[in-house]
Amino acid sequence: MATVESAVPIRARTRSERLVRLVSRGPLHIALIGIAVLWLVPTVGLALTSFRKPPAIASSGWWHSFTQWDWTLHNYDSVITATGMGHAWVNSVIITVPATILPLTLGALAAFGFAWVPFPFRDTLFLIIVALMIVPIQTSLVPLLKLFANHGHLNNHYYGIWLAHTAFGLPLAVFLLRNFFVTLPKDLIEAARIDGASNLAIFRRVVVPLSVPALASFAIFQFLWVWNDLLMALIFVSDPSKQPMTVRIPYLLSTYGQEYNLLAAAAFLLMILPLLVFFSLQRYFVQGLLAGSVKT
Amino acid sequence: MSTQPLPTPVAGPPPGGGLRKRAWSGFERFQGLLFVMPALVVLAIFLIYPAYYTIRLAFYESDFHFGFFHYLGVDNFKELLTNDPDFLDLSKFPPGGALINNLRWVIFYISLSLIIGLGLAVLAVRVRYERAVKTAIFVPMAIAATAVGIIWLLVYNTDSNIGVMNAVWHGVLGQHQVSWLGNPAIVNYALIFAYVWASVGFVMVVLSAAIKGIPMEIMEAARVDGAGEWNIFRRIMLPMLSLPISVVTIWLFINVIKVFDIIYVMTGGGPGTTSRVIAFTMYEETFHNGRPGYGAAVAVIMLVLIAPVMVLNVRRFRTEKVVA
Repeated sequence: MATVESAVPIRARTRSERLVRLVSRGPLHIALIGIAVLWLVPTVGLALTSFRKPPAIASSGWWHSFTQWDWTLHNYDSVITATGMGHAWVNSVIITVPATILPLTLGALAAFGFAWVPFPFRDTLFLIIVALMIVPIQTSLVPLLKLFANHGHLNNHYYGIWLAHTAFGLPLAVFLLRNFFVTLPKDLIEAARIDGASNLAIFRRVVVPLSVPALASFAIFQFLWVWNDLLMALIFVSDPSKQPMTVRIPYLLSTYGQEYNLLAAAAFLLMILPLLVFFSLQRYFVQGLLAGSVKT
Repeated sequence: MSTQPLPTPVAGPPPGGGLRKRAWSGFERFQGLLFVMPALVVLAIFLIYPAYYTIRLAFYESDFHFGFFHYLGVDNFKELLTNDPDFLDLSKFPPGGALINNLRWVIFYISLSLIIGLGLAVLAVRVRYERAVKTAIFVPMAIAATAVGIIWLLVYNTDSNIGVMNAVWHGVLGQHQVSWLGNPAIVNYALIFAYVWASVGFVMVVLSAAIKGIPMEIMEAARVDGAGEWNIFRRIMLPMLSLPISVVTIWLFINVIKVFDIIYVMTGGGPGTTSRVIAFTMYEETFHNGRPGYGAAVAVIMLVLIAPVMVLNVRRFRTEKVVA
């Protein structure tokens, strides 16, 4: 925090001093604002394209849309109803919500065990979970698909993808949450124990209420990860009517390769929920990012 | 961990034989296991057992039923590394194949993300609108690779009336329109840049937090001694950021070994097979070419590439625990 202040030179007093500062720091401002704008251009281009009429898209770049001022919502109408993206959007929600809640619950329980309830081989087991954090999905695709297909065709329902995402989210959940739980004040938990609270009661009444930021961090990560995932959904959701947006959009692309009005609207629909989650809960997201990356 | 010193009592054992640790009943001793058991069971069935199955499958010929058809020994690996130009082709220059492409990704994706992310982190702390800049850079982190693919297909469109890249290249600079994704010499770099665009925010946020953790006094002292901003960056900030930079590099490395979605959406590995990477070969061989054993060998190669990071993680965690 302190560095921020020190990096900004002391406030100039007179108008001419201020002007000199502005000019000497000009390159810094130009570079920063330039990069920020550059970074926004692709997303803005997509957003604007999604509200333009097909002939306009084909004849002039989206950057002309400021002067042509001719917007439409028709692209969204056709992409949601005619191409089934509305349905796929709902599928994405159906896949994402349980695939976030399950690893959060199982991960929090396990993290509590690892943090506060001693048992044999606790450290060894925890280290194994730390190691599992970066196992690539590719080593699980084939055996899991076989497992799901052989046992009640789980890949024709959502159970398969829920379970697969739960397994892949768990190591991070256990790791992040355990590292947060161990920082909770020991006295508090000991006091609850002396009062005769069972471990489960301590978990529910003491640990969980105090750990909302950490739980939220993981929930956001997992939500974004599952919602944005393409590969696992591609393999584990065989039924086209159950596939999420990330899988359906490439199909749209292969059918309507150059129809950017539809593609842009579909991509924007896919982005909108994560962006809302991200902007409203950015604080937790960044906290989790820092905790996870600095410790990993 | 066995070297951890035990607390030694100063005045010898307390009278009366000392306090005995409360004897744990069997149930209490294993109560913790009840908490971790559901997670362990899920991990064992859906993560550990599949990894074992895949490693075994890599030594077999298999079919669409994913059975262990015919034992091949290391033939799958031999074929991949010596006789599959789509995976590794050293016969031409520059060399090609998924493995080489992935190496391009490792070099350019990691270095570009680090340089841009670090640069932004260092510069952004100096202005008052830091938050706004950071948000603009960070937003793509939340966007699915599928959407990133569509966004950049639009940017890279060959028609300068649609794609902003060609609008600048052709419309402003007067060059010929370029098919950024249709040219084998360019396609990999075009894909890498799109992914860098999506990842820089992460690098920037982590390094920016680390920069703010550097004690102000050190830099003030250097400034008073007349050190220029560049020297302060080179000799003070950079060394102090070495740990977060290494952490970020590891994250980028894992990311780049697993990269798949964006290639699947934007080029499908093409033109031809020129933009395939390791993960793409795994998918293609397993689910399209009906060679799960061969695909499993590719997955094992991925695992081997990532394994050093796994060891590093565990080791770092163990040392950290002894300190704490």
